[in-house]
Amino acid sequence: MLGEGILKGLAETARNFFGSFVSKERLTTVQFPEERLPQPEAARNFPFLVYDGDDSQAGLRCVACQICEKECPPKCIFIQKSSDKKPDYIGKQQFYPAVFNIDVSVCMSCQICVEVCPFDAIEMDNAFELSTTDRFRGLLWSREQLAKPNSYFHNIHPATAAEVDERLAEAKARAEAKAKPTVAASTTSQPDSQTTTS
Amino acid sequence: MTETMDQIFVLLKHRILAHSPVSVQPIFSAALSAIAILVVFATLFALTTILERKGLGRFQNRYGPNRVGPFGLLQPLADGLKSLTKEDIVPHSADGVVHMLAPIVLVVAAFLGYAVLPLGRNMTAINLDAGLLYFFAASSVVELAIFMAGWSSRNKYSLLGAMRAIAQMISYEVPLILSTITAVMAAGSLSTGAIVESQTGYSGIWPHWFVFTPWGFAGFVLFMIAGIAESNRSPFDLPEGESEIIAGYFVEYSGFKFALFFLGEYIGMFAICGLAITLFLGGWAAPFSFLTWAPSYFWFFAKLLVLIAMLIWVRATLPRLRMDQLMNFAWKFMLPMALINLFAASTWHFTPPGAIRWIVGTILIAVPYLLLGRGLMQSNKLEKRTYRFAD
Amino acid sequence: MSFAIIAVFTVAGALAAMTLRNLVHCVLALVVAFTGLAGLYLQLGAQFVGFAQILVYVGAVAILIVFAMLLTQSHEPLAHLTVAPGWVTSSLVAVAVFVILAWSIRSSAVGARSIQPRPEITVRNIGDSLMSQFVVPLEVTGLLLTAALVGAVTIAMREQRMNR
Repeated sequence: MLGEGILKGLAETARNFFGSFVSKERLTTVQFPEERLPQPEAARNFPFLVYDGDDSQAGLRCVACQICEKECPPKCIFIQKSSDKKPDYIGKQQFYPAVFNIDVSVCMSCQICVEVCPFDAIEMDNAFELSTTDRFRGLLWSREQLAKPNSYFHNIHPATAAEVDERLAEAKARAEAKAKPTVAASTTSQPDSQTTTS
Repeated sequence: MTETMDQIFVLLKHRILAHSPVSVQPIFSAALSAIAILVVFATLFALTTILERKGLGRFQNRYGPNRVGPFGLLQPLADGLKSLTKEDIVPHSADGVVHMLAPIVLVVAAFLGYAVLPLGRNMTAINLDAGLLYFFAASSVVELAIFMAGWSSRNKYSLLGAMRAIAQMISYEVPLILSTITAVMAAGSLSTGAIVESQTGYSGIWPHWFVFTPWGFAGFVLFMIAGIAESNRSPFDLPEGESEIIAGYFVEYSGFKFALFFLGEYIGMFAICGLAITLFLGGWAAPFSFLTWAPSYFWFFAKLLVLIAMLIWVRATLPRLRMDQLMNFAWKFMLPMALINLFAASTWHFTPPGAIRWIVGTILIAVPYLLLGRGLMQSNKLEKRTYRFAD
Repeated sequence: MSFAIIAVFTVAGALAAMTLRNLVHCVLALVVAFTGLAGLYLQLGAQFVGFAQILVYVGAVAILIVFAMLLTQSHEPLAHLTVAPGWVTSSLVAVAVFVILAWSIRSSAVGARSIQPRPEITVRNIGDSLMSQFVVPLEVTGLLLTAALVGAVTIAMREQRMNR
């Protein structure tokens, strides 16, 4: 009969209408700022620099090798190498980034910087509320803003962080085992670096 | 007390008028009514936008706007401020004067119809002898405004939208007017006040509304369908089909002019609903004889809100029609049904009251409906639609 | 007073409809003239005719003209004001017609007739007389219009078949 389908449709929408007041399962909307869904483990948005220890600047793993800067497809990373060196986690003398900037508005969250980093110094963050009222300085993140502790990394990506820690510990152990016979050599290199700074 | 409550606005108007000199009283009286109508219906428009958005949300299992103010009730205010502060863009090649006039003509024409709607007992702005004719004359100007908007924008989409809108409105005006004629025949007058007066009686507790007769019910349904089409609302909103012609005749309008179009559309919709109430749902009359203590204007607005809710419900349910479906529906179904309904109504008047009248009246409408429906279904081969790619 | 305003309105609309270069503007000016005419009818107390004027002329005729114009030719505005050849003759004819009409009205008995109080004509009266006294003319008009409609549909359909 003509019009039967319309009545059926009206009944269906009416059921939705009253059902949405009665049963909460019907309302699938998550009221965002107040309610948040947990982010999936693999969620990523913007890179950050991992540091070990307590000092966010001294503990940076980054050695300013500039591989990420070169590999970054949209060229949003800017690194200036330091003139001096400091020891890294295994005690080897390395440069460190005097300036490390990433432009939030240019970054495309591709994670290539993370893939290419040989030192596991840069990792992807899952924070996504990066909006700011200043579109120039506010979107250009410096070393200080990018640095986040390793515990934070463990917090957001536990599996990857554990893997990275394991790898680093292994590397450190290997380096120590190698360095044991030549402890003197490593100690002699330290004054060496001091001379370069002075 | 009930009497005073019922007539409170009329008395208030007389009280105000008593303070003005006699020479300006007619103009002053008209101005007072006009201001009241403007304020009340503009407020109702604001209220409806938020109710519609919240209602549509619930129909689609969403919350709807709930951020501005308590339960999102201040959303219309935010929308209004936004549209006021937006830049008013006029396209370079647009026809400036016509482009500016179109929304104004639309809103004025949409508001004109309210002059003859009885909003309560003795609450008609002008009780014209040819009230219904006036209403349709005023609403026919809307078509012109839409054409002005579509043409002056110098945009293919807006011109297409305007042509669609005009074609649709002209086609549906025929069944719209034909379906009102049944009520005019029953009341024996074109005056909206007289039409309401003829429905105010009660048998027992049941009212004498025209909708409670076979022809009145059919007329009401036909009128509402044609009215929805006339006010370009979903499912007949293809003049502004976003997916094909972006927004139809008001593509090139922004800021406050766009808000005026929006206002005009809703005002037109309220006017059509108000006319449907006047013609078929007993105007300001109470639905049961024991409810007559409530003021008449209360009943009018209660019915108006119910009809608006119906329209929102329909909007939430039905998808947009295609142009050929729209035209086929108008000329192959609506027009014959309106004519048959006219015949049924006149048969009703010439049959003595009683059960036989009901049976004859129902058969006269139901049988053609079924036959027409079956015929249309067969000729169009409307089967269950299968989709090649969607499954 | 109100007559003067409405008359100026109407004449201005009519003049604009003749002189404007853009055809759509002409139609819109014509609508103004139609509305002014409706205003004149209303001022004379002829409600039915006034509203019917708006309903039919503004709502239907103007839209019909618009459709005809948009569907037939490009509506680029003309570069300059065109005057039809032989405008002198035609304006002379127009003036002559006006003079003859004015003279005949002046000299007829209408002018000498005393003005009677205006009868109260309601829509009901119009309906009654249309359905009783003037039922034959009404039906003939209806038949004529239907015939025109059927004719138009036939012409349109034949064209469609030729296109195939």
